[in-house]
Amino acid sequence: MAGISIELLLASLMVAATPILFAALGEMVVEKSGVLNLGVEGMMITGAICGFAVAVETGSPTLGFIGAALGGAGLSLIFAFLTQVLLSNQVATGLALTLFGLGFSALIGQGYVGIKPPATPDINFGAVSDIPFIGPVLLSHDVLVYLAIAMTAGVWAFLKFTRAGLILRAVGESHDAAHALGYKVVLIRSAAIVFGGALAGLGGAYVSLVRVPQWTEGMTAGAGWIALALVVFGAWRPWRVLLGAYLFGGITVLQLNLQAAGVRVPVELLSISPYLVTILVLVIMSSDRRRVAMNAPAALGRVFHASS
Amino acid sequence: MKSLTTLLTGALVAAGLALPAAAQDPVKVGFVFVGPVGDGGWTYEHNQGRLAVEQRFGDQVETIYQESVPEGADAERVLTQMALSGADLIFTTSFGYMDPTINVAAKFPDVKFEHATGYKTSDNVSTYSARFYEGRAIQGHIAGKMTKSNIIGYIGSFPIPEVIRGINSAFIHAQKANPDVEFKVVWANTWFDPAKEADAATALIEQGADVILQHTDSTAPLAAAEKADGVIGFGQASDMAEYKPSPRVSSIIDNWSPYYIDRVQAVIDGTWESQQVWHGIDKGMVQIGEITDAVPADVAAEARDMIDAIANGTYAPFTGPLNKQDGSAWLADGETADDGTLAGMNFYVEGLTGAIPN
Repeated sequence: MAGISIELLLASLMVAATPILFAALGEMVVEKSGVLNLGVEGMMITGAICGFAVAVETGSPTLGFIGAALGGAGLSLIFAFLTQVLLSNQVATGLALTLFGLGFSALIGQGYVGIKPPATPDINFGAVSDIPFIGPVLLSHDVLVYLAIAMTAGVWAFLKFTRAGLILRAVGESHDAAHALGYKVVLIRSAAIVFGGALAGLGGAYVSLVRVPQWTEGMTAGAGWIALALVVFGAWRPWRVLLGAYLFGGITVLQLNLQAAGVRVPVELLSISPYLVTILVLVIMSSDRRRVAMNAPAALGRVFHASS
Repeated sequence: MKSLTTLLTGALVAAGLALPAAAQDPVKVGFVFVGPVGDGGWTYEHNQGRLAVEQRFGDQVETIYQESVPEGADAERVLTQMALSGADLIFTTSFGYMDPTINVAAKFPDVKFEHATGYKTSDNVSTYSARFYEGRAIQGHIAGKMTKSNIIGYIGSFPIPEVIRGINSAFIHAQKANPDVEFKVVWANTWFDPAKEADAATALIEQGADVILQHTDSTAPLAAAEKADGVIGFGQASDMAEYKPSPRVSSIIDNWSPYYIDRVQAVIDGTWESQQVWHGIDKGMVQIGEITDAVPADVAAEARDMIDAIANGTYAPFTGPLNKQDGSAWLADGETADDGTLAGMNFYVEGLTGAIPN
């Protein structure tokens, strides 16, 4: 284990987990409202290029991230229109959204290959960041890392304590009942979808502006699918999603570091371990029928029409 | 160069106008890519080869391609689809397409297949590859001379012979230049995943590496090297010139265009035959990108001498005395490795630490 610095490892773990945490949180809210959007990968990559392009053109990473959120949200609007207004199949539309996003981002990205984006600065915590261990691990990051954690808390509080959160969950559990109570199911779901798109876009931009930082076609390379798995892994609960994201990100970073340190590790095994854990969690969850019913939104993926 | 190709194309178009076009279907050429054409590396260069074919033959050919095709069973479906859609010649441009190519080729005896970097052929399957390890020798030399920490990081994709050859070749020449040098190898288990490649480079840099060699397809490791201070790297498969003059101090460029044009011509002429081609710096299939000013002049001069020696055949990168990692003798003094051993290389040379994953 010689050569691995635990501090650096934990610090890069937080960075590696941030994109999937953003995307998974957004998707969790979408699914809580009863909509399954498989287009996370497409929205992430669109966010990645929109954020990159805006940051390069304006020279401001902040505007870049705003642009990324708008880009992801814009793409998700297409999904919202198709599934909520035209009542298309959510699975098929989501997959199509991913394909569209990948192609669309490649098109916009033509002129941005090989350009370096403006750097996103780390937050300066002053003297506090000199605290041994805690400083380098927790206080050496850019604002997005902390925003992701704050978002987790925000989503948790929103769903648990607010009336709006309760309504969102009601729509996800039984859209007919919610409709009968006079809630605007389509509007609420569309809002959730747009929120999910914005967060996925932020996650994508984190990859292109901070983690890599450059634009390459298809650069999210499946992170959106991991985010989808995370939602299930986290059983639709924000803090568990955060835990899952750090676990997934952690394993990726850990296995690379172990290899660099010359530790003999079965690379393939470590690479698939997050997925194995997800499957395991699914099996455990589904072994208890009541628990599944409690966790998964009951109306997840079902099409709603006011007349039915 | 550009004006020449424009001229040639112009001439071709003119010839096409002057002659009554033969009522012949264009030759349909298919390409299967492992990454997106905009990856800036491996697939980008293969796509440049495709564009060169289009430019050279104009209306005589029609090219089709599919990007980001996973290696394995999915590739078989894609290949079958391409063959069914009437492709006459299909280039499969990654090692992992080997068995799918052989399988589909057996079902379509009239379609010609060209598989890159593999070793299985049949009546309608050729293989072609470049001796990238010659370029790795140059990189190893520069890396050995320039490292200050004596730790060189190497991002491998999959433990296949092509990648292992590259690691060995780079290590042999780095060690010759600097006996204290140590290699840290990380297997990314992917050809293309910028985030993961960047993480791998960062992990290596955090553990002391100040030179990063990569055998993955994106420019992400160079971006990671740039973020860290005083770390250099090399362009892989493509020039990656946007990172000049540093961190990218040189590069290996794959130049597929002449070969692709050659093989398409053979199909048009009806002279196509199955073959195994392995070209290097001498035939121009492997090119060494500009060595930038970040490299000290004497080191750059030595590197250029080595390029010349390899090109005119007076030097082979795998020349004895060389032992295998376990200490057993491989090549005697002055002996050079034969192509068979190189093609199936599955061992590290002496001095490398760590094990090759299965």
